Amino acid sequence: MSNSVITSPNQSPNSLSAEDSNLVEASKSFAFTTRLDAIIAWGRKNSMWPMPYGTACCGIELMSVMGPKYDLARFGAEVVRFSPRQADMLVVAGTITEKMAPILVHIYEQMLDPKYVISMGACASSGGFYRAYHVLQGIDKVVPVDVFVPGCPPTPEAVLDGVMTLQRMIATNTPRPWAENWVRPSWMKTLA
Amino acid sequence: MAQASSASLDALRSDLSQSPVSRERFANYKFYSTAVRDDVIEIPKEDIVQVLRFFKETNRFDILMDLCGSHYPERPRTFEVVYHLFSTRTFQRLRLKCQVGENESIDSAITVWKSANWFEREAWDMFGIRFNGHPNLTRLLTHHEFQGHPLRKDYDADQQQHCSSALPLHFDPSHSHLLPEAKGQNLVPLNIGPSHPSTHGTLRVMAELDGETVARANVELGFLHRCFEKMAETHPYNQVIPYTDRLNYCSAPMNNVGYCKTVERLLGVEIPEKAQAMRVILAELSRIIDHFVCIGANCVDLGALTAFFQLFTYREQVYNLFEKLCGARLTVSLTRIGGMAQDAPPGWFDDVLETCKNIRQGIDDVEGLITNNKIWIQRTQNIGAISAENAIQWGYTGPLLRATGVGLDLRKATPYYMYDQLDFDVPVGSTGDCYDRYLVRVAEMRQSLKIVEQVCKNVPAGDFTIRDKGIVLPEKKDVYGNIEGLMNHFMLVIKGLRPPVGDIYDATEAANGELGFYLVSDGSGRPYRLRVRPPCFAIYQSFPEQVTGGLLSDVISVLGSMNLIAGELDR
Repeated sequence: MSNSVITSPNQSPNSLSAEDSNLVEASKSFAFTTRLDAIIAWGRKNSMWPMPYGTACCGIELMSVMGPKYDLARFGAEVVRFSPRQADMLVVAGTITEKMAPILVHIYEQMLDPKYVISMGACASSGGFYRAYHVLQGIDKVVPVDVFVPGCPPTPEAVLDGVMTLQRMIATNTPRPWAENWVRPSWMKTLA
Repeated sequence: MAQASSASLDALRSDLSQSPVSRERFANYKFYSTAVRDDVIEIPKEDIVQVLRFFKETNRFDILMDLCGSHYPERPRTFEVVYHLFSTRTFQRLRLKCQVGENESIDSAITVWKSANWFEREAWDMFGIRFNGHPNLTRLLTHHEFQGHPLRKDYDADQQQHCSSALPLHFDPSHSHLLPEAKGQNLVPLNIGPSHPSTHGTLRVMAELDGETVARANVELGFLHRCFEKMAETHPYNQVIPYTDRLNYCSAPMNNVGYCKTVERLLGVEIPEKAQAMRVILAELSRIIDHFVCIGANCVDLGALTAFFQLFTYREQVYNLFEKLCGARLTVSLTRIGGMAQDAPPGWFDDVLETCKNIRQGIDDVEGLITNNKIWIQRTQNIGAISAENAIQWGYTGPLLRATGVGLDLRKATPYYMYDQLDFDVPVGSTGDCYDRYLVRVAEMRQSLKIVEQVCKNVPAGDFTIRDKGIVLPEKKDVYGNIEGLMNHFMLVIKGLRPPVGDIYDATEAANGELGFYLVSDGSGRPYRLRVRPPCFAIYQSFPEQVTGGLLSDVISVLGSMNLIAGELDR
């Protein structure tokens, strides 16, 4: 629990009676106090269940991130869920084409709050070097993105850095206006 | 373009003159061998089906390797349909070309080769070429709301069109696979994907179920159509290399090799032995790690996670080798037209040998885990079985064709680089089921290790690239050090590498089968047309037929065993 948001009781013992300060001392062995939002954020950031939306090359690198060497489990995010209803971190790993965009939006809408989006790689972030007729020029055109990870494909270290960045944002309750004010793109219909 | 004729072409000409094609039209056939000795016949479009059928029935050619269109706006008849035929018996290739005008149509080859179905749909999607008698001429790669035909020269590469919805469940009217006993039953529709763990993100399978049995199936593709062919037309030759990496991204270096080999053959250059050796090593290591992903993912889909973790440990070791070589892990883009981008660092070949030892151990371990595993056998044996004849009909190549017992491997059939001097076997299966596919892949990995070790123990000396100043950029010390180097650099960057006018089809044995590139050069610094013949495109086309009548759970086994890489499937 480095840079912990959890604080132990630190009132001055002078203001308490001897009996009370004994009680405080004793309680430190089994209890702590904190703010509710801080403990929730701590729990959230360490138990993000990813929904891997691997469509292309980045998906293969995402496999490496999950694999034995880089092991995303160290960050509490190893419970890979393919059902959006059970996931809270959408990792878009790979090119999203115009054809795929409605499905991506559908998946995002199915996720339950709080939900976060990591855009992994150049294609997901901006279309990458596919300035092409069938490629969506960045997923932020259709879903709100919390962290962009650069690279083509990004190294697993970069993805881990992206996850840690997201963890910091969650821990500090960083406002996310892009997610709060998100509306479905006007051209997109609801899928049946 | 040389108008010479080859012996094989003369034989075809005399054969064709015996065939029932019309005399007057036969006089208009053009037979020629290109400068790079590709055999070509140009025929009037009215005769195409007759000629194709003749070649197939006389067993001259048994695989329709590729069918594609091209657009030549300045010609009176603006489109050209190009057929590439291949014989698994003689390994001979033939290119047939037909001119088709803007408002004309050409007969569909589907009555001769059923594999023509998707190829023709793609040609319609990309160019708007109409095929008479095609049962389902609808969009294949672009989305269903797309307007226009993007590979026409007047369509801008960056003109995007948004898609607002996904297609509901649909089936191909040309599929007559609906089980007879299921007709009239209340079938349960089921949609799998494109976002589904077993479809690896981009495949969509639609099925109608009669209980647990698949009564009808269809697939939709194009979810990763990122316009490779259009991008190639808008970039200089060397800048296309990074795009090729992203075709089959599980074995990226192999695509680099295939593309560069094609351009080099058109240029008529021979790369140095050291470059060949490095390419062989890269290609075989890629084949191994590609099979890792295929087997690992297939196991994961069937519920066995251990093999995936085990195999990825070794995949990481190969990544380390690539990283040492060039700094990148997955998409290395290490080849250049004319050789390699840089030499291997000192000691790299010894590292490769060391890694090979580890991988051999790793393959043994994984085999110990799955080969005799009861569940694995039950989920894969006799599932997805296909006969050799049917596989050839569909245009199967690579491990899937070899699993049916056909020992076709381009490294042996039409050897390139140093493969004819290397000692390796071509493993084959017997029934072509998912289990055989797995066994063939495992055996192939062992053979690839053998190849890599042979090459690494005997690396040829010499340069890693040719030094032709019209093809390869000079070294940086020359660019900054002397005026000639600077001039060469400037000229090559500004003018670009310019292959002679002409077209070429060249193929390499990639991890999934024949990876072919059909390149048309108009003498400029960019490809006029670059067509990829992706191996898993032809294979995936047979998927609905393969799974119909089987259990729903077998759909997943078959899907995994085909090693469908969306990057090359949808391009």
